[in-house]
This record gives sequence, structure tokens and C-alpha cells, in this order.
Amino acid sequence: MEILIPLVVIAVIVVFVISLYNRLVTMRQRVREAWADIDVQLKRRWDLIPNLIETVKGYAAHERQTFESVTQARAAAITAAQSGSPEQRAQAETALGAALVNLRAVAEAYPQLQAVQEFKDLSENLRDTEDKIAFARRFYNGNVRDYNTAIQSVPTNILAGTFGFTAEQYFEMTDPAQREVPKVSFS
Amino acid sequence: MAAPQSRLNIYDAVAANRWRTVALVTVFTGILIALGYVVGEVFAPGGGVAMVPAALGLSGVSATASYFAGDKLVLAQSQARELAPGEEPQLRNIVETLSIGLGIPPPRIYVIDDTAPNAFATGRDPKHASIAVTRGLVDKLDRTELEGVIAHELSHVGNHDIRVMLLVTVLVGTIALLSDWMLRSFAWGGGGRRGRDRGGGGGIILIVAIALAILTPIIATLIQLAVSRQREYLADASGALLTRYPPGLASALRKIAADKEALEVANKATASLYFANPLKDAPRAMDGLFDTHPPIAERIRRLEAM
Repeated sequence: MEILIPLVVIAVIVVFVISLYNRLVTMRQRVREAWADIDVQLKRRWDLIPNLIETVKGYAAHERQTFESVTQARAAAITAAQSGSPEQRAQAETALGAALVNLRAVAEAYPQLQAVQEFKDLSENLRDTEDKIAFARRFYNGNVRDYNTAIQSVPTNILAGTFGFTAEQYFEMTDPAQREVPKVSFS
Repeated sequence: MAAPQSRLNIYDAVAANRWRTVALVTVFTGILIALGYVVGEVFAPGGGVAMVPAALGLSGVSATASYFAGDKLVLAQSQARELAPGEEPQLRNIVETLSIGLGIPPPRIYVIDDTAPNAFATGRDPKHASIAVTRGLVDKLDRTELEGVIAHELSHVGNHDIRVMLLVTVLVGTIALLSDWMLRSFAWGGGGRRGRDRGGGGGIILIVAIALAILTPIIATLIQLAVSRQREYLADASGALLTRYPPGLASALRKIAADKEALEVANKATASLYFANPLKDAPRAMDGLFDTHPPIAERIRRLEAM
């Protein structure tokens, strides 16, 4: 009988460790899935840009410098996607966002352009995509925060260290228009 | 990006709801078994045990049916039609964008052609979810208000409230139907027999049966209401976290409260699914206990405190 007690203790510990390990795997998987959501929307934004530039060019051909900077920023963002870390990617995408703000400001000066249906559709699509990027980013960062918190908390941190679970990077893009986070309390 | 002070973790809510679902199905099965047993005893003394498997079977069938087809039933009953491609692009856009923020696939969108502003979400999980809004909601609310309401409904989808609510709605319906049927059969069959050859023992069983038939739907309804009210505050809070803009939802609530029109396609069974009480019935003496929704003023107060 007495031999059973240590066996039970060992079994409980093993089950506990396995469930912790599985929880970490699940959380890491959530971070990756959330990353895929951002990726889809960023690619959608790249795809919209060539058409947008073509449309604006038809009415404002001499704004060459603006087009140039958007095209360059787009190319840089695509390069960063192939080789860069989330941090580098975020920087490149932020720069692209800024270039696009510029492009839209330039387009403002051409009333004729504002009346073109294709331009309206493209602008609307772009705005929509940028909204979606913001939301995808928020979801991703939330998952990263949960995962990073888990691998730094006791006792999960020992397990994370042993099996090589490393912290994930946040995807931060500076956006001045971002809304404040409301405080939630349950009383 | 500043880290939110408190993030409502959708996965924790999902886990809590999984337990709630199991508990609910167990409670309702127990109620059905009790009903079945008493019915069996009334009609044939000693026959109560035979009714238990029948009650179990009925509970199993109605739970399974509501799990897989309850959403279609609710949508059909509410006369909702699916949004055609290209129709209401702004609404579709809001639903898609906010779904990304919750990490769920965008649910199917339905419209109810009624001018009373309201909305509900249903389905068994985020992959099989639908969200229904009334024409009045789309027409009367501006974009931030609509975002608030949609975010509230999507939180119900994301944390699996919709599954709990769906099961509760259909199971409460089953119990109401069954006890209604019991009362009717007592009225027709029970009375005659009691007059002829029943002694005191049979009479007691009959009284118990009638009491059960009257009480169970009330208890079942109270469970349903308790479950749905507490969900609303949580969905308001997670909705506000999603849009980062509590005033949008608060303003939508204010507009809906000011709108005195009742939603015609809603009934007592589906009322608790809606964003705000669609029946617009006057407050009763038993204020609170029988309400499907928390008071709108309190919901607004909590949103403004965020």
C-alpha cells in the first residue's frame, strides 16, 4: 500500500506538468493564428496601393514625389515582411501608413479626383483595411500579452525555460487617432 | 499602445460557459425526469419509472435539436432574412472589422424588416453563428452607435454565450410545452377518474403533479432570466473594450430606450436573446425578478463609468 502514495504524487505532478505544457502550446498557437490575421490585412493594403496611385496619377500627374515615396514605402514593407522581425515590419508598415496619409492629403487638393467613383471606392477600401489592421493588431497584441505573461509567471516560467518557449514581440504601429482604452471594473 | 488595465479574456469566458452549458443541461434533464416520473404515477400507479427513459430521451432529443438547428428556428421565428451580397455595405463592414478584433470568423448577417431598433446573435459556436439586426437599428443609429451594438452582439458570439442562450431558450420551451400538455390532460382525464374510483393516495400524487406542472415552467424561466441578465453586463463591457468607445454603446442604449415601439416578431421565448428587451412591457410589481434584461439606465451608468 505504502508504495502507492509516492506513485500517486508522481502521477499528479506529471499530469500537472503536461497540462501546463499543453496550455503554453495552445497560447503560442493563438499568437500565431492572430499573426496570420494581421498578415492578411497588411497584404490587402499592399494590393490596393498600385491602383490607388494609378487613379490619382490620372488627375495629379506632377505629384511625382508623393507617388515615389508611397511606392518605396510599399516595397520596403514587402521586404520587411520577407525577412524582418515583427518590430521591423511594424516600422515599415508605419512608414507606409504615413506615406499614404500624405498621398491622401495631396488628393484632397483635386476636387475632380474626389468625384471619381473608382477613387472613392479605393479610398473607402483603404480606410476599411486600415481599420481591420488596427483591430487585428489589437487581437494579436492581446494574445501576445497573455502568452508572455504566462511564460514569465511561476511556475510556468520553469517549464517555458526548459522547453524553449520564448517571449513573442508585440506589433506596435503608432497611430495618433487611436482611441483610449476604457477602464472596465466589475463591482 | 497602452496596455489595457483589464482585458476580458475571451478564452476564460468560453471555458466558464462550457461548464454552464453542462450544468444547464443537467438541471433541465432533472426537471424533465421529475415531470416524467410524476406523469407516469398519475396515469398508472407504479408507472413512473417507465417514464424516466422517455423523459431522458426527450431531453436528449430537444437538447441535440436545439444545439444543431435552434439558431435556424430562432431566425425563422423572427422572420429574419440573410443580407444579400452588396446590401448594407457599412453594416457588413462593421461586422467584419469587429470580428477581426475578437479573432472570430465573421458571422452571417440577417435583417429583420421592422422599424423597432434591436439586434440579437445566435448559433452554437463562432463558426456557426448568425447576427440579426432590425431595419430600425440600421436606420436610426449612427456608425459609432451601430458599432457599439454589433460589438456587444459579437462578444456574445465570441465567448459562446450564444450556445448557452440557445440551449436555454429551446429547453425552457420544451418544459413549458410539456407542463402545458400535462395540465391539459389532467383537466380532461384526471377529473373523471378521481370522481369514480380514486382514493386519497391518488389524489395526493395528482396534486403534486399539478403543482409541478405549474411550478416547473416558472423555475425554468427564472433560470433563463438569471442567465441572460448577467450576460448582458459582461457583453456590454467586452463590447466597449472591443470598440474602445463606450459612449457609442451608451448612446445606442439611450436611443433604443427612448424608442417606444415593440418588436412584433419577438415573443417571450426569444426576448432574452435580444440586445434590449424587445417587448417594451411595463415594469411590474415583481420588478427585477422577471425581467429579461438589466435596466437600461444601469447599463448606461456602467458604460459611462468606464
